[in-house]
Amino acid sequence: MNDAFALGPPALSIEGLSIALPPGADRPHAVEQLDLKLNPGEITCLVGESGSGKSMVARAVLGLLPPRVRIAAGALRFGATDLVQADETRLRAIRGAEIGMIFQEPMTALNPLHRVGRQVDEVFRLHTDLSRRARRERVVQLLADVHLPDPERLYRAYPHQLSGGQRQRMVIAMALALGPKLLIADEPTTALDVTTQAQILAQLRELQRERGTSVLFITHDFGVVADIADRVAVLQRGRLVEEGRRDDVLRSPVHPYTRLLLAAVPRLQAPRRRAGNLGPPLLEARNLRKTYPRRGFGGSATVALDDVSLVLRRGETLGLVGESGSGKSTLARILTCLARVDSGEILLGGEALARLGRRQLRPYRRRMQMVFQDPYASLDPRQRVGDIIAEGPLIHGMSRAATRARVAELLNLVGLQETAAERYPHEFSGGQRQRIGIARALALEPEILVADEPVSALDVSVQAQVLQLLANIKGKLGLSMLFVTHDLRVALQVCDRIAVMRAGRIVEMGEAADVYAAPSHPYTRALFAAVPGAHWEQSHAAEPVS
Amino acid sequence: MRRWIYAGGRLALAVPVLFSIAVLNFFLIHLAPGDPASVMAGEGGSATPEYMAMLRHKFGLDQSLPLQLWHYVVNVATLDLGYSFRNDEPVLTLILDRLGPTLLLMGTAFVISVGAGILLGLLAGTGRNSWRDGASSILALLASATPSFWLGLMLIVLLSIRLGWLPTSGYETIGSFYEGRAYALDVGRHLIMPALSLALFYLALYTRVMRASVIEQMNMDYVVTARAKGQTELGIIFGHILRNALLPVVTMAGVQAGNLIGGSVIVESVFGWPGIGTLAFAALQGRDLNLLLGIFLVSACVVVAINLMVDLAYVALDPRMDM
Amino acid sequence: MQDALLRFARNRLALLGAVVLLLVLTMAAAAPVLYPAGAFALAGPPLQPPGGRFLLGTDTLGRDVAAGIVYGARTSLMIGVVATLAAVVLGVLIGAVAGYYRGKPDLALMRITELFQTIPSFILAILLVAILSPSADSEIAAITLVSWPGIARLARGEFASLGGREFVLACVGLGAGDGRIVFRHLLPNCASPLIAVGSLLVANVILFESGLSFLGLGDPNLMSWGLMISAGREVLRSAWWICTFPGLAIVATVLAINLIGDGLNEALNPRLRDR
Repeated sequence: MNDAFALGPPALSIEGLSIALPPGADRPHAVEQLDLKLNPGEITCLVGESGSGKSMVARAVLGLLPPRVRIAAGALRFGATDLVQADETRLRAIRGAEIGMIFQEPMTALNPLHRVGRQVDEVFRLHTDLSRRARRERVVQLLADVHLPDPERLYRAYPHQLSGGQRQRMVIAMALALGPKLLIADEPTTALDVTTQAQILAQLRELQRERGTSVLFITHDFGVVADIADRVAVLQRGRLVEEGRRDDVLRSPVHPYTRLLLAAVPRLQAPRRRAGNLGPPLLEARNLRKTYPRRGFGGSATVALDDVSLVLRRGETLGLVGESGSGKSTLARILTCLARVDSGEILLGGEALARLGRRQLRPYRRRMQMVFQDPYASLDPRQRVGDIIAEGPLIHGMSRAATRARVAELLNLVGLQETAAERYPHEFSGGQRQRIGIARALALEPEILVADEPVSALDVSVQAQVLQLLANIKGKLGLSMLFVTHDLRVALQVCDRIAVMRAGRIVEMGEAADVYAAPSHPYTRALFAAVPGAHWEQSHAAEPVS
Repeated sequence: MRRWIYAGGRLALAVPVLFSIAVLNFFLIHLAPGDPASVMAGEGGSATPEYMAMLRHKFGLDQSLPLQLWHYVVNVATLDLGYSFRNDEPVLTLILDRLGPTLLLMGTAFVISVGAGILLGLLAGTGRNSWRDGASSILALLASATPSFWLGLMLIVLLSIRLGWLPTSGYETIGSFYEGRAYALDVGRHLIMPALSLALFYLALYTRVMRASVIEQMNMDYVVTARAKGQTELGIIFGHILRNALLPVVTMAGVQAGNLIGGSVIVESVFGWPGIGTLAFAALQGRDLNLLLGIFLVSACVVVAINLMVDLAYVALDPRMDM
Repeated sequence: MQDALLRFARNRLALLGAVVLLLVLTMAAAAPVLYPAGAFALAGPPLQPPGGRFLLGTDTLGRDVAAGIVYGARTSLMIGVVATLAAVVLGVLIGAVAGYYRGKPDLALMRITELFQTIPSFILAILLVAILSPSADSEIAAITLVSWPGIARLARGEFASLGGREFVLACVGLGAGDGRIVFRHLLPNCASPLIAVGSLLVANVILFESGLSFLGLGDPNLMSWGLMISAGREVLRSAWWICTFPGLAIVATVLAINLIGDGLNEALNPRLRDR
């Protein structure tokens, strides 16, 4: 599988690696018979959906597998050492010094009680004999190297005082402190906003080039692959199905699974359809304001919505796009009257809702229904699926017998079997749960469907199916949709019009095609530029992706 | 330094707490059957009619309830807790005289239970499902099922009556007139059994909290980060896990302060330890309700003070209180 | 629920606890049959050591210690269960209101809860029983009054965290009223931790009650283990058994209930299993 023209001996050679899962797991091995060579000085992306075993590979390299997960067979050759056979003392000498690691969750990867400088310093304390002053200089230099502002001050900061991106930079600084030959990065940007992600990726790339580090980069996102990889290896349920140079794999994938994954990634392109003649305004927001009170002593109030107005027309899909904290989810909840607004007005078909009491709201509620982000938290674990879907109609006075037929009809509509009604949510996969959530929302025959990041917790192949389902249902039932997402690719695929939010304000709103082709606000431009894979896709636009 | 503002905020919160306890006391007096004056005078029947009349006047007992409450709170705020006719001394003097031994007993039990609990919890949590874990779990299970007063009696049977190692009761050897070190040693010998009896239940509690907390921390991402840096397991436990794992124990120590002082009441009465517990027991026997109310109030003050110290400890341990 | 039962049954310590508790329950139920004369009856000469005609000996007045233990079990279990139920109902009520409505009611109720957690609860209980005069009712009232705050905090935490979950929001969006949300969604979802903590509370209440009756604040008409231990104190030197056996009974019962509580906790909250 490996190219013949290797650039010297591989930085890491994974040979016949099998990782055994504890008894009772969904399969005996997380990874089976994996062969992979990392070229020196290159970034190799290991790609796969959740449960593919990709993170286990990353952890196995440093001997950091979770309890009860063990390496069943194979070798991990790093220079002259087989990391599988190496004893704990040898591994400790390698960890942090010769192999560095970056983790997915910057919020929890640092010890909350220690100053970050001390945590970076720990690497030097463990592996060098440098004096305290020399170490401090090195740490401050490192913080500057990863472009952290004011390194002297940040040295003394605690993790909770840093943003997610800053924390991840700290972890990168730690991993690169001693100039390791190999860097393992396990989804290092997945938890970050897209603009931060773009910065971190660019920076990783830069540092890697400067220092000639080899990188094993674990990710689920082909956009990230396009941005950063030299080589790509695709993992499907523990088996390597394809491996090759980035452009080859992205442009002409060989294995059907790779093709499927690539085809499921929404293209970053202007939608062909035009919104055209839209219906009358259905839902209107006028000058909405919402401030969350300050928390605890000395906390400051958060402005979630700052004078937001928008109109949703009958039959259209309006996308609300923004990064975390932009207020897009708050807006969705306020529009559906799940949260109260401080000032401003909400009009549904011309009727004002913002000041209505709970009881008065009830007749309007059935006209707007919501689909939530988290397929695990959005269904009551103690209720059967049938009861979950039937709850809305029951509240609004439908008889129990009638709801039974309705539930069956809805399950069919969202592509689930009728027998699903008798089962509990935990028996379903994430994608299936999201279908149940959609069925619940449709049970009241709403005119408006508000979808709050409905696919962001799903794997890309499942995401494509759920988006398809939403499109079908919308066409069939003539719904209007408000679609909240952080993913511009998804927004372009789904929405007729797009509103870009930042810090509680709508900074730009217009037809999706126009916003994509000629964004007027600099923030919109920055957002589009930061979409993972955007650059690669545009420079390869001539050739089809799959 | 925002966190010291936080600590100051906690201090300010102590005032309404103490005020509420005074109000609670007032309602307890009125809950008791009979004339509030006779409740406050103590039902020993030893109060003179003049004193009763004085009480009625002082607390405005012929006035409306809110006014009575006002009088009561003012009296409490000026540290006037009344007079105990049974003991022929002001309530506050009686209590303050006995507070020292109680604080000594509580403090010792606190140090034993927290210290040993942290140690055992750490041993159990880091060696999960090993013999260390098993042994400390069994100890914790037994200790949390054993009433302190019964444990105290059993210790007396074993260590005093059978083995004759330790004195059965009291604070010091009567008539020995020890001084300096010898006196401290003598008190220490008297202290061992009461402190152990009181500490054991809480030791079990802290062991369990610490064990759970250590295990939780061991699964945290930052531990993997430390491991990936090449840190040793011992380095991870003492450098990273220990301090994080202590936080729930500190919180629990604050919550348990009130129970610790309640527990010392009963242990003191077993060992004749001359603290406010023994005083409370005597007040109970003599139905000196006003003295009991005073003890309640003072011990609540002690708890509030302990909670403040716990808050300070927490603030010192956790930089996130800076929020 | 079946999974939970299975998990419980696989926990050997919890089963041991269940067996011991069953024994204590049987003993308590069979008390009138075993000792028809009651616990206060003079059965023979005083201070008989255990082993002879009296299995566990007799006390200073010649009452059978074994009879006292059997009748004491009735008192302990009755007060343990009733006071726990009352505390759970009160605590859930307060915690639910605070956690569900948040805002000002939450702030006020939590201040009160904190106050009750700060107060030295045993001393407050002594005061209350002394004021109300010792009886089973006043013991239960006092124990309830000092036991609810823990439950209230737990219930508040559960209600607050569940209340923000998306499935509850979805239900609000469907137009459901408070009653439906609380009784159909929130209560069933926080039942597991409440059951687990409630069962542990029974054990603590029994310990608490034994302390009260040791100080002479128990119901004078009911035999209790604390009372027996307190009565045997004076003759500790010569008649060790009078104090020892009731104490062992307390330890066994409380231990059994703790084991069951731990087992329930692990069975009902499986995410804690690895802890």
